[in-house]
Amino acid sequence: MLREMKYAFKAILIFTIILGFGYTFFITVFASLLFNRQANGSIISGENGKKGSVLIGQKFTVPRYFHPRPSNAGSKGYDPTASGGSNLAPTNRKLIDNVKSNLEQVLKDNPGFKPEDIPVDAVTSSASGLDPHISIENAKIQAPRVAKARNLDLSVVHYLINNNTDKPLLFVQGEPGVNVLQLNLELDKVSKDISNERR
Amino acid sequence: MKTLDVFQLLFFTGVLIVCSLPLGLYIKKVFCREATLFDFILKPVEKFIYRLMGINADAQMRWTQYAFALLSFNIAGGILLYLLLRLQNLLPLNPGSFSGMSPDLAFNTAISFVTNTNWQAYAGESTLGYLAQMAGLTVQNFLSAATGIAVAIALMRSFSGKESGTIGNFWFDATRSVLWILLPLSLIFSIVFVWQGVPQNFNKPVSIKTLEGVEQSIPQGPVASQEAIKIIGTNGGGFFNANSAHPYENPTPLASFLQVFAILIIPAALCTTFGKMMKDRRHGLVLLGAMLLLFITGVCLVTHFENAGNPEIAKILHRTSVPQMEGKEVRFGIGASSLYSVVTTSASCGAVNSMHDSFTPLSGMILMLNIGIGEIIFGGVGAGFYGIILFALLTVFIAGLMVGRTPEYLGKKIEAFEIKMVMLGVLVIPVLVLILTALSVSIDPGKAGISNPGPHGLSQVLYAYLSASGNNGSAFAGLSANTFFYNLLLGLTMLIGRFGVIIPVIAIAGAIASKKIVPVSNGTFPTTGIMFAGLLTIIILMVGALTFFPVLSLAPVAEHLKMMNGVLY
Repeated sequence: MLREMKYAFKAILIFTIILGFGYTFFITVFASLLFNRQANGSIISGENGKKGSVLIGQKFTVPRYFHPRPSNAGSKGYDPTASGGSNLAPTNRKLIDNVKSNLEQVLKDNPGFKPEDIPVDAVTSSASGLDPHISIENAKIQAPRVAKARNLDLSVVHYLINNNTDKPLLFVQGEPGVNVLQLNLELDKVSKDISNERR
Repeated sequence: MKTLDVFQLLFFTGVLIVCSLPLGLYIKKVFCREATLFDFILKPVEKFIYRLMGINADAQMRWTQYAFALLSFNIAGGILLYLLLRLQNLLPLNPGSFSGMSPDLAFNTAISFVTNTNWQAYAGESTLGYLAQMAGLTVQNFLSAATGIAVAIALMRSFSGKESGTIGNFWFDATRSVLWILLPLSLIFSIVFVWQGVPQNFNKPVSIKTLEGVEQSIPQGPVASQEAIKIIGTNGGGFFNANSAHPYENPTPLASFLQVFAILIIPAALCTTFGKMMKDRRHGLVLLGAMLLLFITGVCLVTHFENAGNPEIAKILHRTSVPQMEGKEVRFGIGASSLYSVVTTSASCGAVNSMHDSFTPLSGMILMLNIGIGEIIFGGVGAGFYGIILFALLTVFIAGLMVGRTPEYLGKKIEAFEIKMVMLGVLVIPVLVLILTALSVSIDPGKAGISNPGPHGLSQVLYAYLSASGNNGSAFAGLSANTFFYNLLLGLTMLIGRFGVIIPVIAIAGAIASKKIVPVSNGTFPTTGIMFAGLLTIIILMVGALTFFPVLSLAPVAEHLKMMNGVLY
């Protein structure tokens, strides 16, 4: 009996070395050689340092940026140290109240639209609270506002939306999504190029 | 369901079945000591491990010895993991400077990972350092999966053996599971996941200023290596709180597809292994057929209910119906989220790419039933296989009663001792779940954790005990489970739910192994045809439905009726 316990502890120690350390370090080295950018968190760097991660959503509130979905990560939303969803049940009054107030905000931000125009992802919160995407319809209702705030042609904004849409492969379930951070970064770049030209 | 959804589901199922066949044959070779592709590198490692341990891996064990070795292995793993979690503040590789876990949380978490449950009462990104994740959790992800495979293989061996009374060597089975099966698959999937965007580094959290000038701190870590075995070993414990909904754990639809594939591949392959070991493919195919029938039905129903959504939200948006997108990610949408939820509850995985707590009530019910019938639709690695064998034995027993003949399965007589053990194994989960749910919703420490009022509150508690006893690990995550009460009770539930099934199964294996094979005669109930598959499916559904019907009607069914009538709590 004691003998089996001794074997067991030895086995656990051996496997901890092989699997806990050997395997993890091997993958780390191999991954950083093959896919360095992804292995380090897909971080986007700009002129003034790191701008964020392609995969991690950010909070946007001003009119000249596209806004992400409502978020329950942290008290203010989009806090990567506190990922998670609302976990509200379909019959929870809070869920319905949240949807209503989210809708009000969306309608206020994007004048000229009615409730039936608003896609459902714009008024519901994501599972991770860090969803980097919005649906294409969600981007389209925001496009006029962004174009106006930046004094850009609407077709330019639509072009950029299309450029920043990630589509799933044909045989694989999933939906197309517009990457909000990438789209906003490109908008900033376009706006800057235009103002440089004018100068 | 849209046509595209149906097409994609069939594509997924097809790929799964096709890939499971060669893997199943490979697994058979591994455990029957036949030559395989990786022998040249793995055999020396294997020998070295046995020498370090000082054991003779050729020694054949009786079922009691096998069970004892298995328990020792799990106890040792549990103790080491508990210490790692408690003492992580004193150990290196903890860039977030997290403190050690409290005793009750560490107790719960250690049991959770040793039993292949991976119930998480903590949030990874704000609780655990890299050392605890890699040397603690990752290791147990491998070893608990290996334990499951070992039991399944021992059971198969007992049916094919002739009056030997022994069922193999636990150390041999566990070591081979890790080296030949889990490790190669994990290496491949880790790299593919990194390619898709899952991080793998030892960096500090990245501090950035968002475009609007807000500070954001993005946690990093060796995620991909843990993600791979989390999925392949049907463990399901996420590196981050949001699990596979987190864009770092599951960045793309393709990654999600590969995850559901990897969750089911070993469980599906074990059916082929079984058929091959019994020298009759049909024995495995019959089990696979019953599983597929239940699986596809589940996926279609959940997809339908999630597309139909919540009428209250549709009303606000002035539409007749909108899909249920609360707690789901845009990149997965309804289709990939529904598929993932059914896969993770069919297998005892418990990883989630959407928040089950916010699913429509009837979808939630299907997920609960998947766990409640014992996770035998594919099931956990190993666990799913021995789970469905319990039901197969029950089926031949009931068929035997109907015709008044001693039941046989695969040429072995099934007698009183085996049926007693089968009943123990089948009843452990319902008894634990129903009693503890009733207790928890009756007393204050239990009620305190409930976050959603109305019938959904009961669902939350019910789901927690189902998940713990079925060693699933997913949750209706609104439940505040990190309390002394829930840590303790759910910890014990996981322990009993795991070993309360494994030990009867090993006992059955022992008894079967010492029986002689009786030749097939006219009176033998055939266990390879559609008749058997149908009867098996009916018995699985009957046991599950009858056991849980009362409580399900009080929880998800009641909630569904309220939701359709616009009642809010």
